[in-house]
Amino acid sequence: MAEMPVIAPEKCDGCGLCVGVCHLNALALVNNIITIIQTVECDWCADCEAVCLTGAIICPFEIIVQEP
Amino acid sequence: MTIQLEFLRDIPYFSELGHDQLESISKLIFEQNAGRAEMVLLEGESAENLYFVASGAVKVFKTSAEGKEQILSIVRPGESFNDVPIFDGGSNPASARAMGPVLLYGIKKNDIEAILKEHPQVTLNVIKVLARRVRDLVSLVEDLSFKHVIGRVAKILIEQIGTETNQVPRLTQQEMAAMAGTAREVVGRSLKALEEKGAIKLDRYRIIITNKEALQKIMEVSY
Repeated sequence: MAEMPVIAPEKCDGCGLCVGVCHLNALALVNNIITIIQTVECDWCADCEAVCLTGAIICPFEIIVQEP
Repeated sequence: MTIQLEFLRDIPYFSELGHDQLESISKLIFEQNAGRAEMVLLEGESAENLYFVASGAVKVFKTSAEGKEQILSIVRPGESFNDVPIFDGGSNPASARAMGPVLLYGIKKNDIEAILKEHPQVTLNVIKVLARRVRDLVSLVEDLSFKHVIGRVAKILIEQIGTETNQVPRLTQQEMAAMAGTAREVVGRSLKALEEKGAIKLDRYRIIITNKEALQKIMEVSY
């Protein structure tokens, strides 16, 4: 399964700003709660996280070390 | 076109105005649509209109000579942008781009002057909005000029890989910003700078530390 942003539905106020800024159209409001429509692989631009005032959608980075 | 008076009432510029005042102001407002990634304003061009975001989000940013972007703010519904050149008569100090489909409410520069003369409450509201804007920008200036954020971000990354857990550490830019005592916008810039210095590689949802020694050095030099 492709890695996608993490959603906390209880924090979503249904404003829909993240839906509008997702250039891959990977997000939608379902019953006024943000939901991922997994049609494409997220490129992690994190614009959805940047516009969300309630912290309902986040794009955490895995921090790993490249073995030499 | 019908400008929603209820929406206008929630805009800080027009708070505490009565129905008749809002109705009179609404007649001077025009709607403007912008598509995803469309430039709404270009830095350096003459300022014609004040804008409010009615729906969607707009990114206000400056671009360096090398083409690097520094985000100044993300403008959400009810908030304004391009205020400064409208009031000081100068050119646009920054560029603005639609982050997705956006509906804007615009007011022509000349009409703003008429509104201020007609409705003194708006003048008081504008002072509050601009004072808040100055406060936010002073904070950003402090972050960009006095704090060695790049060193702090390097330290955060090194600390994460040093934790003794079986789980891969995960952090958002917002969390890194809180840990570094800076703004999210500054963290994004620091990560890009660390990548340019060859210490890390940004690969979608991964921050890969490609040169731990270089990262350590950046942390020691600029923390």
